[in-house]
Amino acid sequence: MLLEVRDLHVEFRTRDGAAHAVNGVTYAVDAGETLAVLGESGSGKSVTAQAVMGILDMPPGRITGGEIRFQDRDLLTLKEEERRRVRGAGMAMIFQDALSALNPVLTVGDQLGEMFRVHRGMSRRAARAEAVRLMDRVRIPAAAQRVGDYPHQFSGGMRQRIMIAMALALEPDLIIADEPTTALDVTVQAQVMDLLAELRREYDMGLVLITHDLGVVADVADKIAVMYAGRIVETAPVHDIYKRPAHPYTRGLLDSVPRLDRKGRELYAIKGLPPSLRAVPPGCAFHPRCPMARDVCRTDVPPLYEVSEDRGSACHFWRECLDG
Amino acid sequence: MPDQQQPYEPERAVAGTGMGGGMDLAASEAATLEPDPERPDGARPQDRPRSLWSDAWRDLRRNPVFLVSALVICFLVLIAIWPSLIAPGNPLSCDLARAQDGPSPGHPFGFDGQGCDVYTRTVHGARASVTVGVCATLGVAVLGSVLGALAGFFGGGWDAVLSRITDVFFAIPVVLGGLVLLSVVTSNTVWPVVGFIVLLGWPQIYRIARGSVITAKQHDYVQAARALGASDARILLRHIAPNAVAPVIVVATIALGTYISLEATLSYLGVGLKPPSVSWGIEISAASPYVRNAPHALLWPAGALAVTVLAFIMLGDAVRDALDPKLR
Amino acid sequence: MAEPAAPGGRASTTAPAEPVLEVSGLVKHYPLTQGVLFKKQVGAVRAVDGVDFVLGRGETLGIVGESGCGKSTVAKLLCHLERPTAGTIRYRGEDVTRLSGRALKAVRRNVQMVFQDPYTSLNPRMTVGDIVGEPYEIHPEAAPKGDRRRRVRELLDVVGLDPDYVNRYPHQFSGGQRQRIGIARGLALRPEVIVADEPVSALDVSVQAQVINLMERLQDEFDLSYVFIAHDLSIVRHISDRVGVMYLGRIVETGTDTEIYEHPTHPYTQALLSAVPVPDPEARAHRDRIILSGDVPSPAAVPSGCRFRTRCFKARERCALEVPELAVPAEFRHQQGPAAHDSACLFAAERQVVR
Repeated sequence: MLLEVRDLHVEFRTRDGAAHAVNGVTYAVDAGETLAVLGESGSGKSVTAQAVMGILDMPPGRITGGEIRFQDRDLLTLKEEERRRVRGAGMAMIFQDALSALNPVLTVGDQLGEMFRVHRGMSRRAARAEAVRLMDRVRIPAAAQRVGDYPHQFSGGMRQRIMIAMALALEPDLIIADEPTTALDVTVQAQVMDLLAELRREYDMGLVLITHDLGVVADVADKIAVMYAGRIVETAPVHDIYKRPAHPYTRGLLDSVPRLDRKGRELYAIKGLPPSLRAVPPGCAFHPRCPMARDVCRTDVPPLYEVSEDRGSACHFWRECLDG
Repeated sequence: MPDQQQPYEPERAVAGTGMGGGMDLAASEAATLEPDPERPDGARPQDRPRSLWSDAWRDLRRNPVFLVSALVICFLVLIAIWPSLIAPGNPLSCDLARAQDGPSPGHPFGFDGQGCDVYTRTVHGARASVTVGVCATLGVAVLGSVLGALAGFFGGGWDAVLSRITDVFFAIPVVLGGLVLLSVVTSNTVWPVVGFIVLLGWPQIYRIARGSVITAKQHDYVQAARALGASDARILLRHIAPNAVAPVIVVATIALGTYISLEATLSYLGVGLKPPSVSWGIEISAASPYVRNAPHALLWPAGALAVTVLAFIMLGDAVRDALDPKLR
Repeated sequence: MAEPAAPGGRASTTAPAEPVLEVSGLVKHYPLTQGVLFKKQVGAVRAVDGVDFVLGRGETLGIVGESGCGKSTVAKLLCHLERPTAGTIRYRGEDVTRLSGRALKAVRRNVQMVFQDPYTSLNPRMTVGDIVGEPYEIHPEAAPKGDRRRRVRELLDVVGLDPDYVNRYPHQFSGGQRQRIGIARGLALRPEVIVADEPVSALDVSVQAQVINLMERLQDEFDLSYVFIAHDLSIVRHISDRVGVMYLGRIVETGTDTEIYEHPTHPYTQALLSAVPVPDPEARAHRDRIILSGDVPSPAAVPSGCRFRTRCFKARERCALEVPELAVPAEFRHQQGPAAHDSACLFAAERQVVR
């Protein structure tokens, strides 16, 4: 396995007490594989990714338990310096908002070139040539002329390509993309997702795609982990989950998105709201919103039951859910 | 799309990572940290409704900096109104024979160069300082925020003209301006000083008010009110002013302290209050020639001045911490 | 439809029986100026550049487009938050484009807006009761003073909030609940038309469905007409009776939801539809995807001729010279069927991209 996250716990210290953002998350990605982490805001999907990347703000954040194994090393026990070497060369991250993730006062060529100068000790001139090559690689038109431009001179889609180029610079084995296309228009989103998928194939990288968009997931992912209130509630290969979800939350999500290809009348709506992380309901965190909830759901936290060899569901009644 | 697109929100900045600016990743994950009134199970909320002001007040009450500075300020205001409460003597009755004498029973601070009781004069000097501070701040705040709000709200030509005028005022050196303007005044009251400070101080508040009105104006709730057919006056008073007033209050509180020290400076230079009025600036000025022989005559009024200015600046800081949404 | 006297094939789409809003030739240009003191106009951002549509009573018109296409500006123009540079807006036959003062205020009662961002559209210093009750203070004739409190509670109940929340402040609510408060405010004056600008795009998926269902229920209950503006094509299809696709300040194709989604004839609509990710992994293999090159041009420098030609996979020389008119294309003019609807393309052809 390229990356394995085991029973990860993260909490945030806030003025009003501790918020349990991640409560025992386990997932794994292999080389050449795309794992989609699906969840709504506050589900802990981004915090998990930040913990993996080692860019979680601590404090207020704190990793209170678990293991993050990358290429058979536990990242949480590494020294900060070794950790830094893993970032960039081993794994890289793509953010949602490229404009604020890029430094506005440096040209994109300088920012891309810096990766090579710092990690590979290249000369200024060689680093610049590499930057142009990378910009070509992510299909930025007229790369050689635009290498001296500043981030704000590019459109949203082009900036996201520069982010991708930066992530690719040191040919990492794993890319974590946190909502990479959420801020983009659909036609541009399609371009960027296509590029990402193509590069993943070409470099045989692992890809962790963090998103809330069921459509994007269906388009690119091999397997999915669905998160709710800091836990993984369902994990499965992508084809299985859309056909037969094994968790009522996944089912609710699938039923609540309107479809382009049909016109239904009323949408299914999951009642209520996602819980506050400071007061996660006891038992199954989803029980107050669940149509199938019973007494046991209010008291017992469901473990991730094995549904089949490569599927898991954190629902006491996953069998019922599978049968619809 | 959903998720991380909410703009900056006060209570969401709790777990900011500083990596993604306004669309901060961890911050948005912390989105559900907000008070969650309608629990999914429909439980009744038990907390009282809270506004920004009551939240700020709750914070202030627990802040030792605020408590100390508020206590000092209350005490100052009290002795400014009734100085004889703690200093029953007459500040103008002096005995040259006791000039520069040190502390003695009944005269804890000693005597100044004119043989006046330093304790009595220091206590009585509070009135001038507090009057100048409070009145000048009120004047500056009213003038600056009204003009600033109008300029920020309506923009256009008035804004351009007013903003250029403030630039001119910023270019005037305060002390020099005071020396020139106040030297022609003969009245020996605090009012010329107050007037002078208002004249030179309003551009500072004007800028703050204009800026925060422009920020508040861009929010959708202003558009919503406009779409309902609300008048300009209503939008300005009901929607913009309450959302733009916090920075003005903070800056005005801090400025109050500096105005008090400005009054002392001008009085020291002989263009503010003049003897026989009693003020800390006058005391400091009178005591400075013989500071070697009678340092107490300088130290007490100067100390009172320093404590007062500090108290207002600390109060302003505490109020800013309580009102600044970035910290909540 | 054999419409009598439809010169040039215009008005092919069945005109709604009772038009509430009629928009024609709507234009909004923002001047670009240079110089500090003596401002000189050097160009214009052509945010909206000639938009026509009719909204019928009880109908939902969806407007879709990418960022910068001018759809939000259309919303502002409809709600009189901006003055159009040219064109007219008619409400029940009366030209309301250039009203002001009392007359404008009266018209505003009938057209209300729901905003995209539930976090900035509610005044954080006002209680929910004050926010929802404000319309009655601005229009005192709408409800007698003693009755307002009761009406506010009723409105909260209608949008699915506990009426006892009147004394709470917006920050105590979640995004979905705030959007309900915004909807309650929009309903207070019993308007006929609600213009909703991306009303669910800031919400979580599971909450989106709740708000969409609410809007549909309210439409039936209060006989509302919606102009529903969004970038999410799936949601627009779900809620709309008719759809207009906007690109760079113009509507490029318009028709019923079936006409647009199942029989698109404009290449932009086709590309847009094909780019939408479908939540069905089985569709991956056999999807007809059109990946457009490049980005949307700046509305300050609109291409000549057809404005889509710089990204169009069908573009030819003629496209740079001729501005295509929004009408039923010649090849479909004598057909009857879903492909015969307004499409501003010189080389319009049907292509099914959604299946």
